[in-house]
Amino acid sequence: MDVVLSPEEEAFRQDVMAFLKEKLPADIAEKTGNGFRISKDDHVRWQKILHEKGWIAPNWPVEHGGTGWTPMQKHIFDEECALAGAPMVIPFGVTMVAPVIMKFGNQTQKDRFLPRIHSSEDWWCQGYSEPGSGSDLASLRTKAVLDGDHYVVSGQKTWTTLAQHADWMFTLVRTSDAGKPQEGITFLLIDMKSPGISVHPITTIDGSAEINSVFLEDVRVPVENRIGEEGKGWTYAKYLLGHERTSIAAVGRSKAQLRKLKGIARTELAGGKPIIEDPDYARRLAQIEIDLLSLESLVLRTLYAESEGRPVGAEPSFLKIKGTQIQQGLTDLLMEAIGPYAAPFQPEAFRDDGWNEEPVGPDYGPALAPLYFNWRKASIYGGSNEIQKNILAKMVLGL
Amino acid sequence: MSFTSTDDQRQLADSIARYLADKYGFEQRNRICAGEGGWSRAVWAEFAELGWLGFPVAEEHGGLGGSTVDLALMLEAFGKALVVEPFIATIVLGAETVARADPARAAEILPSVVEGRRLLALAHGEPTSRYDLARVSTMATENDEGWVLDGHKAVVLHGDCADTLIVSARTGGRDDDRNGVTLFLVPGDAAGLTKRAYPTIDGLRGADLELDGVQVGRDAALGPKGGAVAIVEAVIDRACVALSAEAVGAMAATVALTTEYLKTRTQFGKPLGSFQVLQHRAVEMLSETQFAHALCYRTASLMDTATGAERSRAASAVKAEIGRAGKIVGEEAIQLHGGMGMTDEMAVGHYFKRLRLIDVAFGNTGHHLKRFIDLG
Ligand SMILES: Cc1cc2nc3c(=O)[nH]c(=O)nc-3n(C[C@H](O)[C@H](O)[C@H](O)COP(=O)(O)OP(=O)(O)OC[C@H]3O[C@@H](n4cnc5c(N)ncnc54)[C@H](O)[C@@H]3O)c2cc1C
Repeated sequence: MDVVLSPEEEAFRQDVMAFLKEKLPADIAEKTGNGFRISKDDHVRWQKILHEKGWIAPNWPVEHGGTGWTPMQKHIFDEECALAGAPMVIPFGVTMVAPVIMKFGNQTQKDRFLPRIHSSEDWWCQGYSEPGSGSDLASLRTKAVLDGDHYVVSGQKTWTTLAQHADWMFTLVRTSDAGKPQEGITFLLIDMKSPGISVHPITTIDGSAEINSVFLEDVRVPVENRIGEEGKGWTYAKYLLGHERTSIAAVGRSKAQLRKLKGIARTELAGGKPIIEDPDYARRLAQIEIDLLSLESLVLRTLYAESEGRPVGAEPSFLKIKGTQIQQGLTDLLMEAIGPYAAPFQPEAFRDDGWNEEPVGPDYGPALAPLYFNWRKASIYGGSNEIQKNILAKMVLGL
Repeated sequence: MSFTSTDDQRQLADSIARYLADKYGFEQRNRICAGEGGWSRAVWAEFAELGWLGFPVAEEHGGLGGSTVDLALMLEAFGKALVVEPFIATIVLGAETVARADPARAAEILPSVVEGRRLLALAHGEPTSRYDLARVSTMATENDEGWVLDGHKAVVLHGDCADTLIVSARTGGRDDDRNGVTLFLVPGDAAGLTKRAYPTIDGLRGADLELDGVQVGRDAALGPKGGAVAIVEAVIDRACVALSAEAVGAMAATVALTTEYLKTRTQFGKPLGSFQVLQHRAVEMLSETQFAHALCYRTASLMDTATGAERSRAASAVKAEIGRAGKIVGEEAIQLHGGMGMTDEMAVGHYFKRLRLIDVAFGNTGHHLKRFIDLG
């Protein structure tokens, strides 16, 4: 059951597919397809290709280097990229901090940061969460004290995704303890090479090292790196949260994952028959496919409303919950598909650092159980699914 | 069926729990995992000395003749402490297979096992057999000296370190014929045997074994010729109960850790545990654990007398239930821990991995549900 596209949209889809066919490096697509880790170099290589084509930032206004696409075109683009095995564009720069700089930054900041984000010269990370402040982000305690034309920043950020690669971190810091906690928060851009910053990897349950603790000890941050006004950081951060409406659902990526799952389920045998023919497994697979259809339907409806200029309400919260449930459900079925071969832990086989032995079990096997364990994160980050439900209860049901 | 444990059983459980609390804390356990071989020879020797290796082994084979309930009590304690010693491989699978296949040979082999001098592993599963116990394509060909074995055995628990491997191979029949599979004792260092050893996701060790013209003597054949499937089935049924008990221990520990976390972690100025939605989720976890515990011991208590389909159906019921409940408990525990639950540093993630890998071993929930239906 495919979405009916207008002739223009279909032509656009063909363009995107042709571009991907021509420009997406085969080695990167292969890694994505096999669930291998994508290195920093791979990400940057691909993002630079998108930059050159002018397609790196579909969510930006045209004057800053956006594409001018309709919401539907953006959706088509995301989906085709995912299906072709393009790595996802790291969101921290292009998707997260750039809209804030555009909306609340001054001209100097725009000129300084936006082109380097567009061209992937700078790698960004998001320094919001702290050990004591997760769901209750507004309680954050990393302190920034004004000293002449610098803020002196001290504290600890945590769970900072890919901070080990980052040139810059956008962060929320406390500049005042007066009033409501939200009112004393300021939005700062911090150069990761500043003295006093140290990044420590946190190993996750799947054995990977994608998150970090970032310690800040008397880090001097020029006042010119503050976005907007002091004490308004919370407002800017909320703008950012509301900005991304539908990409959080990751429909394209889940479709790609579903396709991969079906391929594996046709190959793997139980009782001499492909597991896709096992009624119980097939039923669960079908349920996820249907969930994905309904997810896509709500995404499309939201996109349509957006293109009509109608305000978007609580959809992002619904989409986040359902989207992550589907992602997790897919990783669960993927792990189950390989039966006992989920057990061997062979990280060398998917880390892509020059290991060229054959793994035990099927080639696609080693990445699957770690993927399942890693993906438990999806219902925790980006506003946990419980927090999303709190939002919905309040915002939609008025409870 | 009795729901009360005897004094002896309580004592056993207590002494194991005390020992593990003292010598097998989470950090010690992690050091053991990371060390040579991934388990501890010193701990193993102590297990032997304390009589635990022989506890579930019959008296005539040098053991103490414990029941399946005793075994479950041990495993529950192991589950709470995330024990990574080769107990399942050597005792629950290895010793039990030898005992069921050939009592005479068992009297000769098992005393060294009980004394901690010999490690066993059961090499039965193959790359495409998944959970189907009759699907064996490793071949045993008779020659003048005995038998020549050729094939590939997949994900053999502690197959890397076993002194003696119990390998199933076809001496007759084909594909998934129940008849025609025979067990063979193969030295861990046999010529023609290649081991690909690896840690498993949950911190244990395993190996894939390639048998390429492995020559064994005539006396290597163990038990009735062609009759291995029924033996392995009985062994795996009991192992399902043992693993379920381990899972029950892991679930109880997971619930305790999560409850503690909900009490101590504050957000929005109060403990997480004050949010009713999280209270209910923690209660769900506890409830799953309670029911799983009850079913597990009920099943354990009938394992020593039940036979055939009755035994298998009971084993499948508990294994399916444990897989389902363990998944809920593990996933919820991570969720309720938030980011902390995702870290390798916290014990909760290790329990979660063990729970999920217990489901993967010897038939997952889907497999056992189907088997439960088929045997009904
Ligand atoms: C892999 C990963 C990557 C991340 N990357 C980043 C990053 O790059 N930058 C960054 O700033 N942060 C990042 N985060 C942090 C993420 O945003 C937080 O983990 C998240 O906000 C939850 O906070 P917490 O971990 O402190 O959990 P807690 O807030 O302590 O929550 C624990 C549990 O309690 C629940 N809970 C909390 N409050 C309530 C309530 N009021 N009602 C009901 N339930 C509640 C939560 O839903 C959760 O289940 C990342 C996290 C992970 C796991």
